[in-house]
Order: sequence, then structure tokens, then C-alpha cells
Amino acid sequence: MKNFALGALVASSTLLSPFAAFAQTDIQFWHAFTGRLGELVDAQVAQFNASQSDYKVVANYKGNYSETLNAGIAAFRAGEQPDILMVFEVGTATMMAAKGAVKPVYQVMADAGVPFNSDDYIGAVKGYYTTTDGKMLSLPFNSSTPVLWVNRDLLDKAGVAKDADLSTWESIGPVLDKLKAAGVDCPMTTAWQSWIQLENLSAYHNVPFASKENGFGGLDAKLEFNGPVQVKHIQTLGDWAKKGEFIYKGRRNEGGADFRAGSCALFTESSAGYAGIKAEAKFNFEVHPLPYWSDVAGAPQNTIIGGASLWVMEGKPAEDYKGVAEFLSFLSSPEVQAKWHQDTGYLPITKAAADLTREQGFYKENPGTDVAVIQMTTKEPTENSKGIRLGNFDQIRGIIDEELEAVWSGDKTAQDALDTAVTRGNQLLRRFEQANR
Amino acid sequence: MEKRVTFKGWLLPLLLIAPQLLISGVFFFYPAAEAVWQSLFIPDPFGLSMQYVGLGNFEYLLSDPYYRASFLTTAVFSTLVTLVSMIPALFLAVLADRLVKGAGAYRTMLIWPYAVAPAVAGVLWLFMFNTRIGIVAWYLGLLGYDWNYVLNQNEAMGLVVVASSWGRISYNFLFYFAALQAVPKSVIEAAAIDGARFWRRFFTIVLPLLSPTTFFLLVVNIVYAFFETFGVIHTITSGGPQQATTILVYKVYADGFVGQDLGSSAAQSVILLLVVGLLTVLQFKFIEKRVHY
Repeated sequence: MKNFALGALVASSTLLSPFAAFAQTDIQFWHAFTGRLGELVDAQVAQFNASQSDYKVVANYKGNYSETLNAGIAAFRAGEQPDILMVFEVGTATMMAAKGAVKPVYQVMADAGVPFNSDDYIGAVKGYYTTTDGKMLSLPFNSSTPVLWVNRDLLDKAGVAKDADLSTWESIGPVLDKLKAAGVDCPMTTAWQSWIQLENLSAYHNVPFASKENGFGGLDAKLEFNGPVQVKHIQTLGDWAKKGEFIYKGRRNEGGADFRAGSCALFTESSAGYAGIKAEAKFNFEVHPLPYWSDVAGAPQNTIIGGASLWVMEGKPAEDYKGVAEFLSFLSSPEVQAKWHQDTGYLPITKAAADLTREQGFYKENPGTDVAVIQMTTKEPTENSKGIRLGNFDQIRGIIDEELEAVWSGDKTAQDALDTAVTRGNQLLRRFEQANR
Repeated sequence: MEKRVTFKGWLLPLLLIAPQLLISGVFFFYPAAEAVWQSLFIPDPFGLSMQYVGLGNFEYLLSDPYYRASFLTTAVFSTLVTLVSMIPALFLAVLADRLVKGAGAYRTMLIWPYAVAPAVAGVLWLFMFNTRIGIVAWYLGLLGYDWNYVLNQNEAMGLVVVASSWGRISYNFLFYFAALQAVPKSVIEAAAIDGARFWRRFFTIVLPLLSPTTFFLLVVNIVYAFFETFGVIHTITSGGPQQATTILVYKVYADGFVGQDLGSSAAQSVILLLVVGLLTVLQFKFIEKRVHY
């Protein structure tokens, strides 16, 4: 019924368009979604275009996150930038530093007179994209957070009790031993090792990843992820890797295919892995909160987000910005957000969308889908857990990948690898500082 | 005496070389000069501001032990790619040259892989050697070998070398095959009458006569390995594990187009340009002397 109504709206807008076309302003929107997510974005755009006749949003897929950011930067240099550009979370510092290239979202909204309150957004989502004094610079679009995915069939096979504790890393160790002893080839694997095993680990245990509030406080931040908590965690994973209990599959989410195929028992991956796992897994799976170290005071704090936000580019005609404001406001409405959250496994970015999803009974019908929401929202974010904002961060993650690989292969100790990663990463931070002086 | 044709005046000669000059100017000298200019700055990605740093980018790079290590990686990679793409090509060309029946079919099959784009070739090899779904990895597993190129540096290097060389074997085959056809039959027959067996004839007569081709291919393949292989590396290893397959040109690409550090990327391409230029000069100076035309 809902789809029929949407279809009717789209159809009627197409019929009416010859008359409306005279006054319509095109809004260019570049994004990084293809496949199922691409279809969902297109549906959102079609719904917006059908809902009014002044603006027409034109959505374009520009490749993966890195490629989309590159396309936006190259286009800006040529004076051909889109109105709205999707940028992944590690590109946040790059965009923020580009004063004169981007128009902050709070300002776009204020100029257009569209009602906008950044307090409507979930704290840990909002924090990533706002200035230290609470002004929202880009609109959170798709946000997820890491959780623990569990293949219950493999755990049963290994004789792990149904109610065995999986909430702490201390309790995960014996479970891995059992899995290994039962002949499971891949007791545990991870996706996005830097994001999950270092960035989120730091936030979750309320220890700094970098100085200056993880870089929120200024460009002169220094990396600090070689502290005792991080070293202990990485060393533990390294020891598990040596025993064949933690299996490294690659720098991105290569492990996802192994988990969905049923060969890995435990898998730390984004909550947005939900759609794929639900579609492909031919076994009983569960979602658990990300484990933490129980001997760290204050843990678990909250995890941080990954994903992308929408940046408004500078240098477009004034009438465009009014349309941009309308579109962004439409995207954050509870109905649109709740549907996005339920379709994709991404977090609902506003409290209203989360409430609406609960009222609709979605969490009851799909147990585990609210784990990520709870994990992010039970505590107010601290300086160490509201996000990470570092220049050249994509490159720094590359360095972390390299050094972690040295730990997994047994070439370096965790302390040695993390110390080296900090030294090398700091050089990149100083370069970014220099470039944006 | 050598014959020389001399043009009168300068207009006609200039006109005749103008197309080549124009192409070199637009596609080589202008971008190269731009790279040299940019290597003196640290710009922000959006082109809003630039900091003049003189030779700062070069200092930054050369003081980085990881960057210096990638010279060695590049040397190993280029040597392996050149050898792996030339030796089998020569071997196949020699065999194909002896064929009497079906030579055309074999030739076509051997040249075919050259038509596959490097990134596509990378994906093909990735599928075969993938640790989860790769058929080769599966067979190796049956033999009791634990293939894991995501953590084993030598395996990763081997894989990118083979993936980069595979298509090049066809290219080299084509040149060797043509060169073999040009070897005078009379010389071979004379040696055969003197009692020299096939491989003896090959090493003492054919190989020296192929030396101009070998030299040309050596230069071309090294340039290929230095500049055109980042697509394969990007699809298969992204430079890892650790820095095992981070060759110079991949770092230019990664720092410039993924990391947005245009100053460093420009400085790296200048260094790369100097290295390859120097290498080519050395090759012409020392190896070409041994080439018999």
C-alpha cells in the first residue's frame, strides 16, 4: 500500500512536470551508494521530488567513498561542484578545514528559514559532525557502529552454552578456545580493524585516541592510541592470531563473506552488516554488543559511528540553497529516517526516528536490531567518545592497517607496532596542519 | 658513407616535427613542469591555499625510512616483473616459431591476454588466489599448504608480480616472435650442418641476434613495471601486507588520489621521473654496448 502510494506520487509528478519545469531548480547530489542502498537513496529522492514542485534533486552515484570525495574536490577546483556531497566520516576534518569550499549546514538552514534544531539528533551521531560549540556542519546521513555478530550454530557445535557470557573480552577467550578445539577454522574475525579494534575500542573504554579531544579541539592534536588499554587489546588479538583463533581476512570487510558463508563464529562488524547477513546467512545468527574489557574503569562508555554525512558546497546560486535546506530537512524527518534505519541497519539519526521505529514494533519483530542504538545512547558521550576528527585520517588508517598486520603475522609486538603507528601518523598530522595553516 | 638528407631553411623541418613536439609538449613537458612546480608547495586539497615549502616535500619523503624502503620493494618488483614477463615470452616464441601446423591459432591464443585491462587481470588473479573462494588457494590447501597472501609478504609479492606480468608475456611474445622470423635461416642451417644442436644454436646464434629486441623490451618492461602497475596493486593488495607491495608509483597514487596530499604526491612523481630517466640513461650507456645490431 505504501509502495503504491509512493508510485502514484512519482507517476503524478512525472505527468505534471511539463508545467512545473519552468520554475524548477535542479539540486545536484553526489553520493557513494550503489546496489540496494543506491535504490533506497533514489527512492528517497523520488519521494522528495514528488512532494513539491519548486526543486528537483538529481542524485548521482560517483563511486566508493574515496572516489566520491575525490570527484567533489576535483569538481570544486573546476568550479563544477554539486550542491550536496556525501563524505565519509574520515573525510570530516578535510571538509571542515576547507573554509570557503563548504557551507555549514546550520547556516544553510538558518539562511533558508527552515526550522532546524541540532538537539533532535542522537548525541553520538551529532557530536561527530558539530563544532565544539555545538554547531552542525554537515548533516549525518548514514551512521553505523560496530557490534558483535555471532554464528549460534557454530557455538552450539563447540558446546558453548546458550547463556555463555559474550559481553567482555575476558569471557571471549575461553569461548575461542572451545571453538578452536571443536575444529572451527575461523573462531573470530573482524572488519575495519582500525575503526573497530582501535578507534571504537578507545571510545568504548573512555581513553583518548588522540589529544585535543581526539582532534576536535584543534589541528595540533597528537595521536595517543599506544596507551595501555589499546596495547593490551591488540596484544591479546595478536596472541589469539598466533593460536589460530583470530583470523585476519583483510583491511576492509573481507571477513563479512566468510561470516555470511558460515565459516566464522564471531565477527566484529558494523551494525549496517544487518541487511547482508539477514539475506545470506543460512544459520542462526545473533547480534551482541561489542565486548569490552571489564577491568577498565568506566567501560563500557559508548561506541562511535562510522558512515557518511552530507556536506553543502559553497559557490552555488542562492536559490539552490533554499532547495538544499528543504531536502535536508525532508531527509531528517522521522518517517524517512525510521524507514532508512529499518531497511539498512544504519542508526536512526534522530531520537524521533528511534521512537517511531519502536512504536512500529520493529525491534520486537527483529530482535537484536536495537543493540547498536542502545550501545550508542546509554551514556552521554565524553571527550574521548564523541568521535575522531583528524586530518589525513584515511592515510593514518592505512598506516594503522600496516602496523596491525605486523602484529597479526607475529613480526612485531603490539607495543612496538602501535608506537610506530603513532610516530608515523603524527608526521601526517603535522603535514595536514601545515597545509591548512 | 651515411646518406643524409638536408632540408634548406627551418620552416619545413619545424613543420614536420611540429606534431611530435606538440604532443610531447602537451602530454609530457607541461604536466612534468607542473609536477615540479607543485612539488615545491603543500597545497590544501581544494586549491584554496598553498604553502611554499621549497624542497620541504623532498626532505620529508627522503627522511622517511618507509619511503626509502619502497625503493627496494620497487627494485625487487620491477626486476621480477621484467624477468617473469620476458623469459616465458621468449620461450613460448621459440616454441611457436618451430610450429608447422596450427601456428596461427597458437599465436592468437598467446597474444590474447594482452587485450585484458590490468585492473581486470588483477581481479581475475584475485579470484583464483582468494583465500576463501580461490580455486588455486583451495588446491594448495588440499596439498597441505596454507596460502594466505593477506598476511604473508612473499606470497603477496609473488601474486602481484604474476598478475602484472601475465598480460605482458603476450606483448613480449609478439616482439620476440617477429624477431625470430627475421633471423636468417641460412645462418641456422650452416650451424646445423656443423653439428650444433637446437639449444646450442639458440644460445650462440639466435639469442645474440635477438639482442636489439631484448634491449628494447628490457627498457619498455621496466618502464611498465615502474609506472603502469598500480591498478593491479590497488585491486589485489592495496600495498600490503604491511608495506610489502607498496611500490613507488602506488604510493604516488595513494597519497595523491586517496590521501589528497598533492604536494607529497607531486614530489614523489618528480623523484620517480628522475629514477626512471636515470635508469634508462644507464641502460643505454652500459647495456646497449652489448647489443649487436
